[in-house]
Amino acid sequence: MPAVNPAPGHPELASGPTPAPAQTPAPVGDPPPAGDPPSAGSPAPTGRKVVLEPEEIRRALTRIAHEILERTEGGAGVVLLGIPTRGVPLARRLAERIEQVEGRPMPHGSLDITMYRDDLRLRPARALGPTEVPAGGIDGAIVVLVDDVLYSGRTVRAALDALNDLGRPRAVQLAVLIDRGHRELPVRPDYVGKNLPTSKQEVVRVMLAEVDGEDAVLLGRADSGGPE
Amino acid sequence: MTGTWLIRGARPLGGEPTSIVVRDGLIDRIGAATKPAGAQVIGADGLIALPGLVDLHTHLREPGREDAETVETGTQAAALGGFTAVHAMANTDPVADTAGVVEQIWRLGRQAGHCDVHPVGAVTVGLGGTRLAELGAMADSAARVRVFSDDGRCVSDAVLMRRALEYVKAFGGVIAQHAQEPRLTDGAQLNEGEMSARLGLTGWPAVAEEAIIARDCLLAAHVGSALHVCHVSTAGSVEIIRWAKGKGWRVTAEVTPHHLLLTDSLAASYDPVYKVNPPLRTAADVAALREGLADGTIDCVATDHAPHPVEDKETEWDTAAFGMTGLETALRVVQEAMVDTGLLDWAGVADRMSRRPAVIGRLPGAGGELAAGQPASLTLYDPTARDTVNPATHASRSRNSPFTGMDLPGRVVATFLRGTPTVLDGKIA
Amino acid sequence: MNRHLISAGDLTRDDALLILDTADELAQISDRPIKKLPTLRGRTVVNLFFEDSTRTRISFEAAAKRLSADVINFSAKGSSVAKGESLKDTALTLEAMGADAVIVRHSASGAPQRLSGWVRGTVVNAGDGSHEHPTQALLDSFTIRRHFGRSASSRSASSRAAGAGPGDGALDGLRVTIVGDVLHSRVARSNVLLLHTLGAEVTLVAPPTLLPVAVGSWPCSVSYDFDAALPKSDVVMMLRVQQERMNAAYFPSVREYSRRYGLDAARMAQLPDQAIVMHPGPMNRGVEIAAEVADSARSTIVEQVANGVSVRMAVLYLLLGGAEGDS
Repeated sequence: MPAVNPAPGHPELASGPTPAPAQTPAPVGDPPPAGDPPSAGSPAPTGRKVVLEPEEIRRALTRIAHEILERTEGGAGVVLLGIPTRGVPLARRLAERIEQVEGRPMPHGSLDITMYRDDLRLRPARALGPTEVPAGGIDGAIVVLVDDVLYSGRTVRAALDALNDLGRPRAVQLAVLIDRGHRELPVRPDYVGKNLPTSKQEVVRVMLAEVDGEDAVLLGRADSGGPE
Repeated sequence: MTGTWLIRGARPLGGEPTSIVVRDGLIDRIGAATKPAGAQVIGADGLIALPGLVDLHTHLREPGREDAETVETGTQAAALGGFTAVHAMANTDPVADTAGVVEQIWRLGRQAGHCDVHPVGAVTVGLGGTRLAELGAMADSAARVRVFSDDGRCVSDAVLMRRALEYVKAFGGVIAQHAQEPRLTDGAQLNEGEMSARLGLTGWPAVAEEAIIARDCLLAAHVGSALHVCHVSTAGSVEIIRWAKGKGWRVTAEVTPHHLLLTDSLAASYDPVYKVNPPLRTAADVAALREGLADGTIDCVATDHAPHPVEDKETEWDTAAFGMTGLETALRVVQEAMVDTGLLDWAGVADRMSRRPAVIGRLPGAGGELAAGQPASLTLYDPTARDTVNPATHASRSRNSPFTGMDLPGRVVATFLRGTPTVLDGKIA
Repeated sequence: MNRHLISAGDLTRDDALLILDTADELAQISDRPIKKLPTLRGRTVVNLFFEDSTRTRISFEAAAKRLSADVINFSAKGSSVAKGESLKDTALTLEAMGADAVIVRHSASGAPQRLSGWVRGTVVNAGDGSHEHPTQALLDSFTIRRHFGRSASSRSASSRAAGAGPGDGALDGLRVTIVGDVLHSRVARSNVLLLHTLGAEVTLVAPPTLLPVAVGSWPCSVSYDFDAALPKSDVVMMLRVQQERMNAAYFPSVREYSRRYGLDAARMAQLPDQAIVMHPGPMNRGVEIAAEVADSARSTIVEQVANGVSVRMAVLYLLLGGAEGDS
């Protein structure tokens, strides 16, 4: 962390261990220096740990694809809807795997839930993600919502409200790559890539090649951005 | 009755500090002096002493619009601005187009006692622009009107303007024209230019002012009469007046303080406090007006003090009234625009704001010099003071000052009208 | 983005693209059985229309209702305003009613600006005098974008995420010709500003009397020759010409105006193949635009109306849908 001069009028920064010289990124596994409050303008250190390698992600998705086929008797009447941003490429990858196994197309698309969020008034209005519902619609279908991380469950609640205005599915299921616990609503996933116990101070960051250039799941301390 | 005063340390016309003794309504002495018996003393260290200012163009609104201003409040405002004489424009209700009305206004001024009020007579009956008013009767009245103007409206009929110019020769009067070709300015709201195009407001083109001025200068020359041009606002107008004067024609002109400082870019907020007739124009116009005042092409500063009640200004731009107050800020704005920029010295200010307006207004014995034997009408002004303009503190009944919130230099400390103080320590005496 | 939408000139390129991209997504609502989103539930939107305009008012009303807002319509006729109540008093009444947003149309330029000083809510300018009509310009740009394949649905998600630059959904290089009474047109002013911001090349065509004296300082070209401009136009936007202007000597007769500046079938044939014809409405058929042109396949006049609802939904969402205060 770069040395920082206290701004005029501010109390002296709490003394702690001598800050390490500025470098990108801290070695994997090292916790950030204790006691350093964030200084204006420079982000706090992100000591990130890789908890899922690209290979493991690949295998998890393959397993989920097979589980979907098992529990929906071959995937008939199933529609995969990814929740933007990263739920969308996940839904597409699942659809590809299912198509490989079954030899017929698996309808998939995206469902943006921004307008249904319960925390809209807490931040400035956000840009909308794409909503693309496959041509057959969702009436009478088994909709499998796909997202990267399941946390409080509020995103899923918003997705259920959004589905309600689109039609009437026969059933709604939930597939997530990571379940990190700390539910605030009665929501449970049907398909989970990995259960990852976390503390609320930690941040789970999913990276996917289609969006971030590479596949990885990272776990770290709170940084300037929240989980997606 | 008026008492004896010793003003110590004042700087007449910005010159060396000296003493001024006032006795029996006259300036008794300018120069080193001991305190006469029974004299009241004013410590005036560093204050500029100017002859009492004369405003050729004020709207006192009485009779008819006493909700905006009265002769009492307007003349208080004048005194606080350093004025000892104002010319009250005729667009009252009823219009000042008869001896009766001008005498009424003249008497109200005498009763109030804060400064001399010289009513301006209307040129045409009811400002209608079709028939001459009884200019002779107004000239012969107790008000002794010499300046005639339909201000607010233009005398646009060329024949009528010619007749008026000719007629006043009989008693040494002068026609003061509000130059605004009416058809070219039908519905006009703001100077025609980039701002009006951007804001979607109907434009008031400069040519509507310049064309009338050119015509009237030629008419005045042709019939051998005197023309005074009210509130000159464009660079083109200055050039035309310079040309006319160069020919030796009897043309005089005035400029308002706001046209020396403000431009039409202020209209971007659509706040009608900036709505005025003629409108605020461009920076190039402001520069030309300053130059014209400095070189004497423009003879004087006249405030065109135009008070309006809140409800006439707190609306959308289109429906708001035209006009700005100006008596209490005039000298400060002139200091900011002309003195502090080096374009005019204090002697020049005395010339443009006292001597020349008195000559144009044909006021015997007013706007004199500061000299022994002259009437003691003078004002003491502190050029080093500085504060933010706040119309809530003004004596004027109205608050529509475009300088609200602006930081301006200067403060009138005292004003004397023929030896009697009307303002002392910045307050009505 | 600003708290208010009063001038198209207030929008940066990013602001404008955000509105258009959002409108793209919201346009899908009209195809759904339930044409509603809960986003502005509990908010109050007031339509403050001092000038008659059923079309624009209904468009804003539909937009607000689709976002579940409560809508109050206030039209000046027969109201206390007709009896002389001032704009300021009307504003204070709205404040007392707790309006979150005021959509105002007024015959005086600057009225929304003044209003924004007297109300705490968001002010959206639905047309003020000759000044501006920003949501009209937005729906016009939205329509152009869709026609020329620049909108979100025809671009990849990753290029969208990449942000500014060619391919970000702007109108770079498109040639738009606006024809008609520019001097008195708030639609023209807003469009010149917004089209320029989005990178289009704008040309104004009108008789000299109907162009502002200072038009040379605007970010566009000017021409008096409609025929010369036709083959170089991707979009022709016709403005309504009021017949009263003839009485004020802006042009000698409707016939001459129509002959020199009207878009008839012969002129339409001079347009490049992919060019479109637009009109903000209401039209004077036979004056500035021939009936056969208005009804032709090139005309986007009907879809402009539909796009108006989506664009206005986007504006209301982005101004009201998040936390209060500047983004």
